[in-house]
Amino acid sequence: MAEDIFEKVQETLVDALGVDDDEVTPEATLIGDLGAESIDFLDIVFRLEKNFDIKIPRGELFPENLAAADSGFIADGVVTTDGIAQLREKMPHADIDAFANDPQVSKLPDLFTVNMICRFIATRVG
Amino acid sequence: MRWYWVDKFIEFNSGESAKAVKNVSLAEEHLHDHFPGFPVMPASLMIEGMAQTGGILLGEKNNFEYNVILAKVPRMDFHSWACPGDQLIYSAVLENSGEAGGSVSVTATVGERLVAEGEIMFAHLSSDDPQLSRIDQKNFVFRMNLMDIMTVGKAGTGES
Repeated sequence: MAEDIFEKVQETLVDALGVDDDEVTPEATLIGDLGAESIDFLDIVFRLEKNFDIKIPRGELFPENLAAADSGFIADGVVTTDGIAQLREKMPHADIDAFANDPQVSKLPDLFTVNMICRFIATRVG
Repeated sequence: MRWYWVDKFIEFNSGESAKAVKNVSLAEEHLHDHFPGFPVMPASLMIEGMAQTGGILLGEKNNFEYNVILAKVPRMDFHSWACPGDQLIYSAVLENSGEAGGSVSVTATVGERLVAEGEIMFAHLSSDDPQLSRIDQKNFVFRMNLMDIMTVGKAGTGES
């Protein structure tokens, strides 16, 4: 099951981002490794909805404004404890534990990985 | 002047699909330079025409509540030319649509000949976005009688 999901997610990302399938590893980050830009996230959501026949409400897979200055969850370039709790709530599919070890705001984009998408999909098609 | 790259709609199935015509004419000056001695419709303008066909299809589905902005062309393959005298038919099928935007699959054909095929994605921007104060797509569509030509209805017979 998990393998089926990964294969379909891999195919989705190859189509949406124009990358080679061997670049789409489970650990790959969407922005840093695969070169995704903001509009690509909408494209990815559309393709996942189609390929898995599911509906993904806006902001559930890729929450918006995670690092908004007025969120109150950021201080001195670091996500606060409250912010971490908020992330866990908003993104249960992301590896927040690893991020919490070094919660720099600049590393927030690295939460968006191929694995994160696979975990999210697993909760929707399960 | 506004950027028009379709001449009229010949089919419009609300929320599903649309077809529009673009007549290619040697009277269009850009063909004189593209290319000297070999006038063909620029691929970029065909993409714009297909985006207008698909963008109006998506906009109409939401009653032009959003400004529909061409956001991405994930795939576009060109197989052939369109020359002066050719009539391009742009077909768009709505593949996805949601609050944040939508996507269409498109083709461009001349008669039976496939000229181009691909996918186009749009993002929605709110009509009250201050950066967009000069864009009014609803007004644009009505002012140019594009809604009128949309009354072609389901089978292109004029029945809506």
